[in-house]
Amino acid sequence: MKHTISVLVENKAGVLSRISGLFARRGFNIDSLAVGPTEDKNISRITLLVEGDDYIAEQVTKQLNKQIDVIKVKKLNQQEITRRELVLVKVKMTAAQRGEIIDIVKIMQGQIVDLSHTTMTVEMCDRPDKIDILIELLSQYNIIEVARTGTIALQKGPESVSV
Amino acid sequence: MITGAEAIVRSLEHEGVEIIFGYPGATVCPLYDRLSKSNIKHILVRHEQHAGHAASGYARIKHKPGVCMTTSGPGATNLITALGTAYMDSIPLVAITGQVNTELLGRDVFQEVDITGSVAPFTKYSYLVKNAADIPRIIKEAFHIASTGRPGPVLIDVPVNVQNHKLEFSMPTEVNLRGYKPTIKGHVGQIKRVCKAINNASKPLLCVGGGIFNANGQDKLRQFAETVNIPIVSTMMGIGAVPTDHPLYLGMLGIHGKTVANQAISDADLLIIIGARVSDRAVLLPARVGKQTVIVHIDIDPAEIGKNLSTLIPVVGDAREILNQIMDMQPDKKSDEWTSLLNYKKSKIKPDYQPREFGINPKAFVKLLTEKLPDDHIYCADVGQNQIWSAANCQIKTGRFLTSGGLGTMGYSIPAAIGAKLAKPEKTVVAVCGDGAFQMNMMELATICQNNVEIKIVIMKNNKLGLVKEIQKNSYNNNEVAVDLTGSPDIPTIAKAYGIPSRTIDNMDEVEGAINEMLNHKGKFLVECVVDENESSI
Repeated sequence: MKHTISVLVENKAGVLSRISGLFARRGFNIDSLAVGPTEDKNISRITLLVEGDDYIAEQVTKQLNKQIDVIKVKKLNQQEITRRELVLVKVKMTAAQRGEIIDIVKIMQGQIVDLSHTTMTVEMCDRPDKIDILIELLSQYNIIEVARTGTIALQKGPESVSV
Repeated sequence: MITGAEAIVRSLEHEGVEIIFGYPGATVCPLYDRLSKSNIKHILVRHEQHAGHAASGYARIKHKPGVCMTTSGPGATNLITALGTAYMDSIPLVAITGQVNTELLGRDVFQEVDITGSVAPFTKYSYLVKNAADIPRIIKEAFHIASTGRPGPVLIDVPVNVQNHKLEFSMPTEVNLRGYKPTIKGHVGQIKRVCKAINNASKPLLCVGGGIFNANGQDKLRQFAETVNIPIVSTMMGIGAVPTDHPLYLGMLGIHGKTVANQAISDADLLIIIGARVSDRAVLLPARVGKQTVIVHIDIDPAEIGKNLSTLIPVVGDAREILNQIMDMQPDKKSDEWTSLLNYKKSKIKPDYQPREFGINPKAFVKLLTEKLPDDHIYCADVGQNQIWSAANCQIKTGRFLTSGGLGTMGYSIPAAIGAKLAKPEKTVVAVCGDGAFQMNMMELATICQNNVEIKIVIMKNNKLGLVKEIQKNSYNNNEVAVDLTGSPDIPTIAKAYGIPSRTIDNMDEVEGAINEMLNHKGKFLVECVVDENESSI
């Protein structure tokens, strides 16, 4: 089972290392971790995707809360969140393939952000499952490299995880 | 404007620090230079690890953070075991380490280690000071973090150039950490549930750990247990939470514990765990607890609740505060049926205090020693068979039993005893260790002599690493490997070299005389007890 956990932390040196160290040491399986500043430059938000049962999710939440630099932790309800990932995919192609790839990108609502005679870079920002589909569709061509962020998520409606 | 080094010393004075246990080196020279002009006393240990253990013994008795200080690199890494020991047992420490110049950080220069990175798993928090102006705030925060909530060690790493930088000194009056607000009072709804559970129970049992001492809640615990008439078992860290001769006290539980205590755990219909982690070793609770048992877990650290044992009623907060809250609700007084049954079982146990054909019976020795010691004595037990002999047979009344419970660090007893004695010089402090552990800390005899720390030392000598030998005997087909201590020095000669009077005994007839001699002797004294190598732990 996957859990999405939103964590507000002090934006200072060493915090990320403490948190990632904690996961390694306690054997928590982290699928993805995305971190960036919030509207308050002193606070960063870490969005975690954790694989495990409810016991693991509870342990992760409690151990995070125990950290001095962690301000707030909330396990988000999987059904009630908006989540996004960003991906860049560089595909090697022939002139004949270009049109097909453009079609795929169009249908998937991605964008072509770079083009050369032999390659094309596709950008897409969407739900993780849609990004999986894009990569799957492009894999019939020659994917040279993929850069993909971790999932970020916010709760739907007026609810928030904020200070 | 003052220097960073002076700011550290002044901040420590502000925090009421009286003693620092340490070992100098190049990167803490500015700090030592300023320290010499302060009233803070510095105790020079003979190995950095023992600076941490001594600070731990001091903290446990003084009820405030112990302070230790070392240089960068190996000085700092030598401290790690002590920090880990304190972390596992929730002991408040503030460790200050020197560090190389800020502009050299990360270049692997002489005596540079990433100590804040290294100790992350063993500290509650750590700081690398890059700006001298932050010093007063950081020290204030460090003492606050170390001593509040679930106590633990905090490390402050100070590069040598920062110690020389100038700053305008001003001590903050309060600490404001938005990510750190420990819960002290228990949730009222949960307290009500606890009371209801007590009222519904016919066989309630209290299981107490070291948390009770951190909360300074010994008197409350006793009052609560007596008022409601609930028997008590303790973890090793909880020994002495109530006097060991208290009629409601059944003894230590776990694999090395008392049968009656373990039996009570299995039979209880309500188990109230207070300030204990329910760890595997000492407790073996998950396996023992009956399926129908209602479990209440009271702890200041929410992350401990439900970690090793699923809990029906979790209560987060300070043990003393919560016991007060429960008492305020006046739960029913329980009948004597259950306590009498347990007391009957307890009385049936006849401990083995018989003389031996060869050597001293260590169990009988511990019992006699602690009976002869003043009621408020401080007993520092080391790790190994001696720890189990001590834990199972010591009589602790108003004093304390100090040992490395969580990490099981050999060599803890003597430095911890030094710290404890310096915290309360009027108390009788005894360190009991095996000949294995003694050889891990015997260099501290010099610290004892240099500072005239009048502790009593008992060494259980069997020329073996007894506990490992026992494991090898029971689980590895008697294949004794690397447990023979042949080559060890003659302990009385070692004591003599340090000018410490000693006596060796190998016969039970001599025990009383030796204990009397040790206790009547004004000052430090060492007793060596010769013990048969086949003596078992239990």
